[in-house]
Amino acid sequence: MDYPTQYDVIVIGGGHAGTEAACAAARMGSQVLLLTHNIETLGQMSCNPAIGGIGKTHLVKEIDALDGAMARATDLAGIQFRVLNSRKGPAVRATRAQADRVLYKAAIREILENTDGLQIFQQSVDDLIVENDTACGVVTNTGLKFFAKTVVLTTGTFLGGVIHVGLENHSGGRAGDPPSIALAKRLRALPFRVGRLKTGTPPRIDARSVDFTKMDVQPGDEPLPNMSYMGVEADHPRQVPCYVTYTNARTHEIIKAGFDRSPMFTGVIEGTGPRYCPSIEDKINRFSDKDSHQIFVEPEGLTTHELYPNGISTSLPFDVQLDLVRSIPGFENAHITRPGYAIEYDYFNPQDLKHSLETKIISNLFFAGQINGTTGYEEAGAQGLLAGANASLKAQGKETWCPRRDEAYIGVLVDDLITLGTSEPYRMFTSRAEYRLLLREDNADLRLTEKGRELGLVGDERWSFYKEKKTALTTQRTYLDNTWIQPGTEQAKRAGQYLERPLTREYSLSDLLRRPEIDYKKIEEITEQQSVRNDVSAQLEIQIKYEGYISRQEDEIAKLKKNENFPLPIDLDYSVISGLSNEISQKLRDVRPETIAQASRIPGVTPAAVSLLLVYLKKRQLAAKKKSA
Amino acid sequence: MLDDSNDTIVALATAAGRGGVGIVRISGNKATAIAQQLLGFLPKPRYAHYCPFMDDNGQQVDEGLALLFVSPNSFTGEDVIELQAHGGPIVLDILIRSAVSLGARLAEPGEFSKRAFLNDKLDLVQAEAISDLINSSSEQAARSAMRSLQGAFSKQVDSLFEGLIQLRMFVEAAIDFPEEEIDFLADSDVLQRLDLVQAQATELLNNAKQGALLSEGIRVVIAGKPNAGKSSLLNALAGKDSAIVTDIAGTTRDVLKEQINIDGMPLHIIDTAGLRDSEDSVEKIGIERAWDEINQADRILLVFDASTHNVSDLNDLWPEFMDRLTHKKHVSFIRNKIDLVEDKSPQMLTDDYPLLSISTKQQSGLDTLRQHLKECAGYDSSSEGMFTARRRHLEALTKAKDCISAGKDVLISHNAGELLAEELRIAQEALSQITGRFSADDLLGEIFGSFCIGK
Repeated sequence: MDYPTQYDVIVIGGGHAGTEAACAAARMGSQVLLLTHNIETLGQMSCNPAIGGIGKTHLVKEIDALDGAMARATDLAGIQFRVLNSRKGPAVRATRAQADRVLYKAAIREILENTDGLQIFQQSVDDLIVENDTACGVVTNTGLKFFAKTVVLTTGTFLGGVIHVGLENHSGGRAGDPPSIALAKRLRALPFRVGRLKTGTPPRIDARSVDFTKMDVQPGDEPLPNMSYMGVEADHPRQVPCYVTYTNARTHEIIKAGFDRSPMFTGVIEGTGPRYCPSIEDKINRFSDKDSHQIFVEPEGLTTHELYPNGISTSLPFDVQLDLVRSIPGFENAHITRPGYAIEYDYFNPQDLKHSLETKIISNLFFAGQINGTTGYEEAGAQGLLAGANASLKAQGKETWCPRRDEAYIGVLVDDLITLGTSEPYRMFTSRAEYRLLLREDNADLRLTEKGRELGLVGDERWSFYKEKKTALTTQRTYLDNTWIQPGTEQAKRAGQYLERPLTREYSLSDLLRRPEIDYKKIEEITEQQSVRNDVSAQLEIQIKYEGYISRQEDEIAKLKKNENFPLPIDLDYSVISGLSNEISQKLRDVRPETIAQASRIPGVTPAAVSLLLVYLKKRQLAAKKKSA
Repeated sequence: MLDDSNDTIVALATAAGRGGVGIVRISGNKATAIAQQLLGFLPKPRYAHYCPFMDDNGQQVDEGLALLFVSPNSFTGEDVIELQAHGGPIVLDILIRSAVSLGARLAEPGEFSKRAFLNDKLDLVQAEAISDLINSSSEQAARSAMRSLQGAFSKQVDSLFEGLIQLRMFVEAAIDFPEEEIDFLADSDVLQRLDLVQAQATELLNNAKQGALLSEGIRVVIAGKPNAGKSSLLNALAGKDSAIVTDIAGTTRDVLKEQINIDGMPLHIIDTAGLRDSEDSVEKIGIERAWDEINQADRILLVFDASTHNVSDLNDLWPEFMDRLTHKKHVSFIRNKIDLVEDKSPQMLTDDYPLLSISTKQQSGLDTLRQHLKECAGYDSSSEGMFTARRRHLEALTKAKDCISAGKDVLISHNAGELLAEELRIAQEALSQITGRFSADDLLGEIFGSFCIGK
């Protein structure tokens, strides 16, 4: 039957991309349907029970700045919080949280069910309805048809998923879940460029069979950090520690002896795995001189004994898995609750996408998450939010939006994907962001919340919270810039004890704060003034200390803006542009860049080629003018 | 690297070389401010001032004509200042360097014309030529850059490049992978590595500055069998008045280079007299070197005697020689001694090679040959020669060196790894103008290839 409700946006998939997409579209006022094959697994963390990491946290904070769900759910589910790189500069700090799977899922489910305009339906999708190269609905496995103005596909590892344990393999979307075979077949019939990727998980272990006294304890940070800008310590459940243990020579012997039954080394797995998240057999194989690898033993939750031994992802046969686990200190008597496995799945070359994550081939169809070749909850969630927002904008007949590389890690992520494509599961790192000093975890709200409000993504509660913080920042900055310390005063004396030489001229508090030996706490001591909110003083300290670098990066950005705003028609015929070499012309055809700036970022496209493009466009414009005149 | 009309650009508007007038052109919104600095006053628009030229420190370096064109009434449509200087390459180089240090950047090949076009200063008909110009001049620039990068300079650049990547590998890994067992910053002696890279950059820059003006021009090999007239051709090209600079490095068995000028374009002529079969091991080395030179040459003039060889069998003229050439396209055949034969037509087209007829004895056909050499070198005012190529390399090296030093300072004073990383990223970007692009993903590849990372 045809379902009677006509939706604005249909989201297929209830993982991290799908849930953010559905919520974002609904927040923007669209009528949204979220289709999932199983409502009980909405917001499931299929891999490690943690949110955040260097680069990844930056994405979570951006999702939060746009009023998304991930950071809030993390605060409600986080059972151990740490700030990574806390001894390095603020630009590269990242809050990471272990999350209780059950609490996380519950938090996401609660957000979904309390989002106006969002409906959920449980059934798997077998087909897309496409008319005139435009998506307009989906067909479920029972033949039910749903119609919508736009469709967002977030199918994760489910498309043509194959699970490997040793030389055994079977179809599956995730351990315990069926794959999407019909939909994968249908999508492969469309002119998208398809590839295979691989990822994996470690065996899970029953904590009751583990001797923690043989491991190092890794407690969370004090005071407890928050993931959401609006988060408070009271949001967090009871905190528990993680543990660290190590592989040894015997572990490595066991693994090597299993190489002949490894699906990776025997050629059974063809998909490419991530370079930075290798399976334990891959680590032993590639770095044979290393005699030990560390394993982070992470609790899966407060109400379960399951542990996630992060660092021994493997697709070796189960008997090898058991032996290798039991060779590790603390795991001598370990009971495995679920075997580790590798999964191969279809992904679509993201070069077939626009910055909005709409496909160039089928209009009104958006892709987000692992289907685009990424890995990680955070990468998926960020894309989901963007795709959901743009699906909503498109449904409302409005112009789509994507932050630039200098505005957000989301911008870096999308631009990297659609410009460079990817041949391995793509994970975010701060080194991918050329404007790293601007894109910090502390200022995602200052970068994005106003834009989010304008788009309709940001609700009233967050907006008033943001405005209050912004006002406090402005007031406090004015105070710092305009409060002067005169030499010889009591204040100058107090300042002097932190400085190499006493003050000889008047200094504003901003000037003082700029010095490496002065932090905000010392400013408070010098002025004997208690500061306002901690987030405000921390923000100002960072802004002032990085000021020189920030303004240098801002100059660079100002220069590039013109090119970012210079559009290139997607259907431009590159073969007729005089002077372009075949090689460069082919590269441009592969990517079909949307702007001059994007074209210039394609490897192999030279400045001369960019000039030729500009000259060609100008000629075309002149010729058109001449014709009309 | 991108099109950016906000930048002020500077370039040499005339062919580089000795003698004559050299024009430095600056275009963009900083042009008048830079003119003010280099001249000490603001010239009246569209008026030729004869005045002293200063460098960026106010030291007089030359005097000549300065012309200011104010936007939109200029070639590019932007403010343009033209400095017509008398001095040779060194003076021109100082003026360009000064303009750069006052805020301009070196123009990309064809960029002045491109700006003129994009600012509606050229019509559609004239514009047809712009694409060709951009293409030909960037190809020429690439060739010049290659030539500038030959030998020891290139090796030093490569080694600096490698050192910088190694260093960045540790610095970036320390930031992106703090949970690994290795403390990348502490374990890798980052300061020591920084010192090394800094010293490398400084030395390279000094060497490059010294060599910057020496290797201008194109390399020409005169080859031919005995008595074809190689020496008389060399003398004829050089002319009586030209000074022949002969530098003989090592033994007489080494390659012999001479430098002459044609209309200000320097030619490095390589004599291949020693090119014959030999069993002598020392001589063999000399012959290998000669072949290296021949295969790096921009043009090979293969001279033969018109009275003993027919034009129809060019390929049979010296097959052993032709077989060893890596770039057969670089050969021009020179039919000498046409005073002895009846067919004296000065220039002939053959399927594969240019063929020029001359008589060194009667001094005929030499102007055509000179013109031919200039064309081969792409030696016209629209294209970019070695001069600019070297200046480009010097600018890139200077920036890289400054950033490395700044990075070291922030590491020492602030212990700020992320700021060091930022400086090194910019240093790498600057260096990539010489070495080619090295992306963030390339760097991650290096990290994952060198360290066992990830959970």
